[in-house]
Order: sequence, then structure tokens, then C-alpha cells
Amino acid sequence: MSTYNKSMALTGEPPKNLSTNQKLATLTGVVGLGIMLLAIFNVSFPNKTLWLSISLSALFVGILWFSWDAYSQKLPGIKNDGVWFKSISSRGFWAWVAGLSLTGFYIILYFYPEYLGLVSDGDNKGVIGLFDPLSKALSGNPASQWFVYGTLYTVAILAFGIKFLWKYRHNRYEKLRTISVMFFQTAFAFIIPELMARLNGDKILNGGSLPYYDLKNVWPLNYYNFESYRIKGFLSSGDIGFALLIFGILSIFVITPILTYKYGKRWYCSWVCGCGGLAETAGDSFRQLSDKSTFAWKVERWVVHSVVVFVTLMTTAVVYSYLGTDTSKYWLTKSTFLIGVAVLLTLVFGWVMLFKRKQLQKDAQYGAIGYFVIIIALIGFHFFSGDGYVFLFKSETLRKSYSFLIGSIFSGVIGTGFYPIFGSRVWCRFGCPMAAILGFQQRLFSRFRITTNGGQCISCGNCSTYCEMGIDVRAYAQKGENIVRASCVGCGICSAVCPRGVLKLENGPLEGRIESNQVLLGNDVDLMTLVNQK
Amino acid sequence: MDLVRHISNNRFDHMENIVIIGNGIAGVTAARHIRKLSDKRITIISAETDYFFSRTALMYVYMGHMKFEHTQPYENGFWKKNRIELVKGYVTQVIPDENKLLLHCAEPISYDKLIIATGSKPNKFGWPGQDLNGVQGLYSKQDLDLLEQNAPNNKVCKRAVIVGGGLIGIELAEMLRTRDIPVTFLVREDSFWNGILPSGESQMINEHIVEHHIDLRLSSSLKEIVADENGKVKSIIVEETGEEIPCNLVGLTAGVTPNIDFLNDSGIELGRGVKVNRFLETNIKDVYAIGDCAEQHEAIGNRRPIEAVWYTGRMMGEVVAQTICGNKTPYNPGHWFNSAKFLDIEYQTYGWVFSDQRKKAEEVHFHWRHPKEKLCITIAYHKDSEEFLGINTFGIRLRHDIFDRWLSEKRKVDYVLEHLADANFDPEFYRTYEKDIVDQFNSDFGKSITLKKKSLKRIFQIA
Repeated sequence: MSTYNKSMALTGEPPKNLSTNQKLATLTGVVGLGIMLLAIFNVSFPNKTLWLSISLSALFVGILWFSWDAYSQKLPGIKNDGVWFKSISSRGFWAWVAGLSLTGFYIILYFYPEYLGLVSDGDNKGVIGLFDPLSKALSGNPASQWFVYGTLYTVAILAFGIKFLWKYRHNRYEKLRTISVMFFQTAFAFIIPELMARLNGDKILNGGSLPYYDLKNVWPLNYYNFESYRIKGFLSSGDIGFALLIFGILSIFVITPILTYKYGKRWYCSWVCGCGGLAETAGDSFRQLSDKSTFAWKVERWVVHSVVVFVTLMTTAVVYSYLGTDTSKYWLTKSTFLIGVAVLLTLVFGWVMLFKRKQLQKDAQYGAIGYFVIIIALIGFHFFSGDGYVFLFKSETLRKSYSFLIGSIFSGVIGTGFYPIFGSRVWCRFGCPMAAILGFQQRLFSRFRITTNGGQCISCGNCSTYCEMGIDVRAYAQKGENIVRASCVGCGICSAVCPRGVLKLENGPLEGRIESNQVLLGNDVDLMTLVNQK
Repeated sequence: MDLVRHISNNRFDHMENIVIIGNGIAGVTAARHIRKLSDKRITIISAETDYFFSRTALMYVYMGHMKFEHTQPYENGFWKKNRIELVKGYVTQVIPDENKLLLHCAEPISYDKLIIATGSKPNKFGWPGQDLNGVQGLYSKQDLDLLEQNAPNNKVCKRAVIVGGGLIGIELAEMLRTRDIPVTFLVREDSFWNGILPSGESQMINEHIVEHHIDLRLSSSLKEIVADENGKVKSIIVEETGEEIPCNLVGLTAGVTPNIDFLNDSGIELGRGVKVNRFLETNIKDVYAIGDCAEQHEAIGNRRPIEAVWYTGRMMGEVVAQTICGNKTPYNPGHWFNSAKFLDIEYQTYGWVFSDQRKKAEEVHFHWRHPKEKLCITIAYHKDSEEFLGINTFGIRLRHDIFDRWLSEKRKVDYVLEHLADANFDPEFYRTYEKDIVDQFNSDFGKSITLKKKSLKRIFQIA
């Protein structure tokens, strides 16, 4: 029973109300958004550079002012006071307002960019027009809806990143990790690709033009990386283009496995990735909303691995569709490619089933076998039927469905739009095929684990509550077991919020990493032998 | 193994009815382990809540870090799935002769074996006004609900006075401060918790309490609580100075005592708690007591006869489950450990480090404190043999596994300092202080130890 008031007022009621500074800071941020909103409704601003600067600065200042007021007067330490009393962070009225607004924004962004002022032939209008000066300064081209989105995305990661740095200023792991995502977003996702666009048509690219390429965005997260227009772009751009294509292939098959083996998937998901970066900064206030039930865990495992299968089929079909059949023209033909895919999948499947089967739960084994049979059967059908389509559908149909269902609806509208309702990592947990592949490897072949500190756990539940991936961390910690879960992105917050110093993210030997004994230290050894008997 | 267990169950103990009073960590651990080992019928009776929750986490509910359901370690379906029957009820009397429990306003329940795990209740020392409206302890879920009524915000509760400088007192102070309620903290001793902590550590916590804008009154005890015309708390009077402090809430946090009043006249031997032997058996056959409410006839090692600690409750639950399932096992706790958090400062202890008052002549302390940050450690060792006895650490996390090993191996203090980097459990990239610590140890005791680099091989014991 709680007697605190659940009020709809943004400023809140005691015990958690906004201070005067926080109210003014919120107002400043809203003014920044307001300018963009006016632009959407085609209020024409005389000096776009000036008004865009005012608008973005107001957003920045608002967020920083708010954070300064919230944290600067307090001693360093965990700052979760009143999280479940505030409407915005406990699925209250303001959470729904924020969730619906964000969702609406994503729907317009993905499907109706003309309402944002996108004009295909001629000068942009509306809010996209407002961003034209900045876009021209960077890449030389007018803005698009994606440029507007990219800019706001970067502003969000930077401003809320500073908020996060303030909040966790006692924790160097959190600080370094946040500086890293802020850097990768600003440099790799935002500035470098825009500057790269300036090279298009240049001698250095043999007159070709590169596709927009965020280098840290690895296939299959970047599900379109091997589509025909991009391959043409890469191949038309001389040595640099070819090098980038090779880099894209090495990224998923060589670089990520090595890094994940050494450090766990956190090197990507919470140090580099842009989706992770937004979740960790702007989404930090919502991490406690993730569903911790075992039911959610079951759904997660089926859905996210189905997306991996989907993206594999889709990419195979797309690549297949533009390859030729004549070996004399190019060594990689439709058939060689399909055989290559089948061999690779068989190798992975065989390795897991031979060496790692014991570490998979029953339903995971059935799932793996089922999916493997389906993929190989589809490839086989194709060979024996000689049908023009691969995998029963046209590659274009597969590509469009994936792009719509997974690329737009799942990762954008649901994944980010519903931050204030489902928590900040819905996409990473249920949808991201990249996270699933890295997680698969983290679970089976990586030095990373979260070590439980002997018998010190008091089952308080802070770790589970603040796990954005919905892992019931406590269930392991209270048994003295290490936490080795495919979905863990290594954000380190469980360790930070633990009041008893029980959890430590670390890399160590593979031996004894998962099958650790239930070491409830404190009892005598003989009893522990009995307790550990299964 | 499974087959053998099954046969033995059918033959001897099928449907033997185990009844546990109390659904705290001790009782629930016992139930879980009995279920792991047998098919016996298991019933847990509690008047406090429907489901097991983590008592130590109640503070986070008031602070808004968690909702109450987050403090429940198992999903609600867990109990049915594991065939552990939950009864919500209050046991008023135990009748061992008839193997029967009487409940308040409910049918009696009979048992074959009984485990008493009823925990503690807050101490009250007969202060005038201690039962007034607005006076409360902080132990149960009901206490938490009461606190929401007594101190929902700083308009209803303009000041709170906390009486008793221990772990619960400082937690209550921290809780109230998150709602900006002014807090006066009366501590009888001349420094916070210095019956347990060595003086350097206790002093650092004093400073930290003040830093959190808590009005800390050392060497101050409660004389009486004064009521207003409605029988509500109006103020308290300090014994030493006679000062009257107006307040709307008085938190009584001067320790806890076993919650066993319902066992008076039951024939079960009682002291301060339920008297048990090393097998956690009471004087009456088939009746056991575990957790906070159990009192050992003779203290084990340096431990107290009553250990009101989360971890010991859990260990006793594991032990009694073995005994009840036919594998008679004594409660034989290993090396002492404990932990707490004082506002922002985490505290861990491994082995024994005694306070200045309780420390024996042969116990030598080495104390290091960071010049600026709130970090310190104290290492205790034996004066003559130089055997490492224990460590207290504040603000630096240490690895339980390593200290348990070093204590078992009876390592010398020099070895511990030399290998201190292995024991660090702080998150990655944290600044380390082992070098400073070893330097000071060398200069304090005229030694020349060199710190070894952290070794994964040693930590994880890879051959």
C-alpha cells in the first residue's frame, strides 16, 4: 500500500516534485522542440541557420540544466530515488504521452516524410528544410528525413550521455562506456558518412559513388549492406570501395567473433552500437520497465532467433537475385553462393550440436534443429526444382517485408517509440539479429561472464529491476552462480546498483565459467558438496 | 540417484508433513532444499505476506527504487509448481504433544515435523511513549506500510527522530532523506556503530552521515516520547541534555530480538530465542528452529548465540533441510562474512575484525584511509603468528572466494598484502589503491612487501 499521490501533473507531487530549475529546464527543452514543431507546420523561419542553432541549443541546454539540478547537489552514488513514483518512469500518464508522441514521430518519419517537409525535386520545406543549412555544410547536399533523424539522434545521445555521465560519475566503467558510445555515434554514424559523401564522383573513387556507410553498423543489423545498389556502389568506387566491401564482410565473419570471444558482446552492444547508445543514454530512465518474467524470456528467444533466420534467408535471396550463372564471367555464381551458405550454416550447426549441445536448453535444441532443416530444405528445393524464386518468395518480396516489419516497425516504431512503456532495449532484446548472433557466441564461446561474489547476495532485486534486457540477475546471484546469458549486453548497471558488491563483469578463462558450482560460501565444505549434488 | 531417492521416499517418508512457521529467507530456503531432496509435503505459514520477499530490500520500496513485487525473488507460480503450500495465518500456539498448531481465526494445522523460522521484532526498552501513534520500528512489510502513512512526505512528517545507531537506523535515515524529511539521529555510543567497527571506520561513517545532511547526535539516548492531545508523537526528550526535539515520527531501531512470544508455555525451551543444538533441534523431538529466532546453546567460535543475519538464516535453512531429509548435518558455518551499505558507502567484512572495545590483546589492526575519498580498510592479524584474521572494507569491493581461501589456508598478513590485487572486486577500470595500501603498511610496520600484479591464474585457480 502506498499513499504517495499519483498525479498527472508534470511537475509531480511530493515526494517527487520538480524543482524550479527543473521546471525552467523542461520549458527550455520544450521551446527547442516547439521551434521544430512550428517548422513542421510550415512556419517559415527567415534565418534557418540561426533558428536551427537556437532550437538544437535549447534542447541541449534544457537537458543539461535539468541534469545539473538533479545530480550536482548530491553526493556521488546510485541515483534511483523516486524512479517508481515519477509518472514518466513508471508507466504513468506522461510515459504514455511520450510513448505515443515518439511512436507517431516514427510512423511519420518512416512512411510519410512529406509531412516533415521532404520535397524530392526542389527545395525542402518544413522541418527538413530547417536542417538544410547543416546538411549542406557537412555533405554538400540538402537534408533528408534521415538527416533530421540522425541529427536529433546524435543530439539525444550526446545530451543524455552527459546526463548519464553525471548520474554515474562514481563509476568509471559507466563513464568510459558512455564516452565511447557518444564518440561512435558522433563520428562514425553522423559525421564520417556525411563527409564520405563529399568524395562521391571524385578521382579517388574512380568517379564512383559510395553508398552511405556507417562503418560500425555491421550486417545483419545493417540488413541492407549487401543489396545490389550498395554492391554496385562499392565496386564502382575503386580500391576504397572494394576495401569497404571487404571490411563489411570481415566485420561479421572475423572481427566480431574475435572481439566477442575476448570481451563478450558488450564491446558492440553497449560500447559501440548506435541503437545501444540511444538505449543507454536517452533510454536510461526506462531501463527498469523491461519484463523479467520467464514467459517474456521464452518469447524473446523464439522471436529474436526467428529474426536471425529471416534476415539470413532474406539476404541470401537478395544476393542470389543479382548474381550471375556463368562461372567464366565471375567466380561467384548463384549456385556457388547457395552451396557456400549451406556449407557455412552446416558447419556452425554441426559445431554446436557436437560440442555445445549440453549448454542448450531442450527447446533451444529443437528450435536450432527445426530452423536448420527448414533452411537446408529450402536451398535443396531450389536446386532440385530449378525454380526462378529462391525460398518460395521473390527476393524483392522478402526484402520489402523484412525492411517494413523488422527495419521500420520493430526497430523504430516499437523499439524506440515504446521506450517509456516496455523499457529501453525492446529492439535489442526481441528483435536485433546482430545481438542474437553475438549473444549466441557469448553464451557458447566467450571469456565474458558476470561473476557472483560468493555468498554475499541478499536477494534484494535491484540488479533484476534495473536490467534493461529483462534478465533475472538475482535468480543466479542468490544461488552463487555466475551470470552467462546470451542477451546480456554488459551495460554494468546490475553491478552498479548492487548494494553489497556482489556482481562483477569480467573476462576470464572459459573453464568453469558456466557450469560453476553453487558456491554458497559460508557453510562448511561437506554441506556444499551435498547442496551441489543435482 | 533419482531411483534410490524415490524408493526411499515411498518406503519411509511419503507424505510426511513438514510445516514451517515463517516465510523469510530461513524458512523458504529450508522449504526449497527439502523439496530438492524429497517428496515430502511442505507447508509454510506466514501472517506477514502472501509470498516470500527480501526483507533487506524493503528500504528500496520506500525510496522508489523498486516496487514491492520486485523484492519477491520467485514468481508467484513457483510455489505451486514446487508443491510448497502457502498458508496465510498467524500461529498463536504450538502444542508439541499433539503435533498441532493453533492459528488465529483459522483451523488448527497438524505437522509431523515443525520448523520455527519466525525471525525478529524490533527492540523496545520500555521508553515512556514507545507505543504512541507515530512510533515504529522497521522490520516487517507492515512496518513499511505504516511508514508510508506516518511519513509520506515532508509536509506530513516535518521531522523524524531515529533512536539507535545500527544498520537499520542508518537505513531508515537514508530512506527518509530521499523524501527530504529532516532527520535527527540519536546514537547512544560516542561514534556510530563503534561496538562493531574499529574507530577509524566508525569515524568515517560519522562524517558521511553528516555529509548527507542528517542531524547526527552522538552520545545521545532517548528519555521519553511526548504525545500531543490526539495521542500522536509530538516530540522526544534527549536523556543527556534534556533537549526537546519536535517531530512527527520516531523510528525505534535499537536492534532486534527473536519473535517467539507465541511459544511461551509450549514446553519448547526458550532463552532470548528458541534454544537449539548444533543440529538446530529444540528440546522437543521433531521441532527445529532456524534463522534469527534460533539461539545456540553455546556460541560457535566468535559468533554470537543468536545471529540475526540474512546469510546465516539461509545457511541454517540448507542445513535443517539435510537433517530433515535423513542426512543429519550439524550447523557448521564457515568463515564469517557480512556486508551492508551505509548511505553511499558499501561495507564488506571477511573473517573477524573487532572493534576497539571488543578486540583482544593479540589482535593487531592495520588501518588505511584514502586522504580524500570515503574509502578505507582495516586488516586484523595475530600479533605473534602474524596470521591474517580478517578484513573490513569500505568503498572497495573484495572477492569473497579469495578471502575464504586465504582464511582457510591460514595465510600470513604479508601474503595477503602482497596478493591484495587478486582480491579486488571493483568494476573494471576503477582506480585501484593496493599500491597505496601496501606502501602505508610497509611504512607503518617497517616491512618491505612488494605488491604482486593481479593474476587470473591465481584468482580462478588454473593449474
